[in-house]
Amino acid sequence: MDDPQERETSKDMQSPNMISEIATPTLMKGIAEPKSEIETKIDIRRLNFFYGRVCALKDVSLTIPPSKVTAFIGPSGCGKSTLVRTLNRMNDVIPNTSVKGEVCIDGQNIYSPSTDVVELRRRVGMVFQKPTTFPRSIFENIAYGLRINDLAGSKTELADRIESGLKAAALWDEVKDRLKEPAQGLSGGQQQRLCIARALAIEPEIVLMDEPTSALDPIATQRIEELIVELKERYTIVIVTHNMQQASRISDMTAFFWLGELIEFDTTEKMFTKPERRMTEDYITGRFG
Amino acid sequence: MHKRLIEDSLTLLRDKLLIMGGAAEKAIMLCTRALIERDSDLATRVIREDDAIDQMELEIDQVCVDVLALKQPAASDLRFVVSIARTAPLVERIADHAVNIAKHALSLNNSPELEMGVDLSSIARVVQEMLVEGLDAFTSGDPEKARATIARDDEVDALYDRLYEKVIEAMKRSPDAVTSGAEWLFVLKHLERIADYVTNICEQIVYMARGQVIKHKIW
Repeated sequence: MDDPQERETSKDMQSPNMISEIATPTLMKGIAEPKSEIETKIDIRRLNFFYGRVCALKDVSLTIPPSKVTAFIGPSGCGKSTLVRTLNRMNDVIPNTSVKGEVCIDGQNIYSPSTDVVELRRRVGMVFQKPTTFPRSIFENIAYGLRINDLAGSKTELADRIESGLKAAALWDEVKDRLKEPAQGLSGGQQQRLCIARALAIEPEIVLMDEPTSALDPIATQRIEELIVELKERYTIVIVTHNMQQASRISDMTAFFWLGELIEFDTTEKMFTKPERRMTEDYITGRFG
Repeated sequence: MHKRLIEDSLTLLRDKLLIMGGAAEKAIMLCTRALIERDSDLATRVIREDDAIDQMELEIDQVCVDVLALKQPAASDLRFVVSIARTAPLVERIADHAVNIAKHALSLNNSPELEMGVDLSSIARVVQEMLVEGLDAFTSGDPEKARATIARDDEVDALYDRLYEKVIEAMKRSPDAVTSGAEWLFVLKHLERIADYVTNICEQIVYMARGQVIKHKIW
């Protein structure tokens, strides 16, 4: 390895014995450097990700602030979904992949051998492009996550957590009288909010959203966007979106990626009015992509 | 490179603003000639043609709203549309000042000619040049040219002060000159205000080109 401060993990290296401890890396200088420790929830340091030999993320460094919405934008194949999946190690389940670099949440490297991946995924919830409801009742869709995370407790506690999850996802009023009905009977937008409720019920700190509205109609999209803005008070939200208007509407920070590289990261206002980099300007104004 | 969907709208806005700017430029030229040459026909023409300029402002405003709503411009495109939306009312105000000067010309031309010692052409020339240079800077999107034009506002202010004093002196010398002297003071003020509006247009050009707000700033 060129840099002794980098380390590599792979699907075949998940055993703690196979992952070498490394020294704390120095912070990257440049646009992605955090302003202070307090403003950093997720600190990505020189992250490289490989599908086999193909490098999908190249030396990505950026800091994601807490209680904000951070949007990842860029053309297809730029690595934004890959990056978001590295934040709760969802890529671990993809064969023949490897990671180099660090992702620190609250200062702790999630790729360190001591990381409890189940606990990590409780702290870092995820919502996908298409609603991923289970073929069970609305109630059971949320209860499942609570049970596997040992958060179910008593029946009353379970019901309370389900209610607060549904309320946080602005779905409670619509489903409170039909919790035993199949989740798949809900509309697409409601199913997506159910997935958000499922993620929120286990009390995460961070919610990752990978194109959460791309399969929804404009009304359902608007509900989800309003919900995201409400949720940022309590959670750190990272959203991948192809819709630049959506990024400009709901995010506080925007990162633009191109061919696996972070091109620019700044406040959304700056990115959409006067980006520093010509490439960002060209992408945002539709000159390429 | 492919042609972006927004491109036609941006070109349309640019063209409309330049036509409007050209009309305002012509209005200034005609209203000052109306005064200098004591030609009331020219003054009447400026007043009559102002409606067309007002209409152009409304059209530009509508196109800006349409582009913002339908094309959702961002970055330099957004700054361009916002700058046009801010500039068109400034050009309209410039034309209104030309109309006011034309109205003073009608009044002065109906009175006997009095020697005020006011070389109106000196200040009018600089103001017209500023507008031409400002529109030129807009066409080329050149912030340096815009800044150079802004710097000329001091030249207009100095000429204004000097000519203002001359009119006051003339009014002091002769009570007969008071009525027309007051009209001349208004004319000078209108020209000085036009230069201020050109300055505001040039500030928009800097914003448009660089995203830098220089309004209300000493630079």
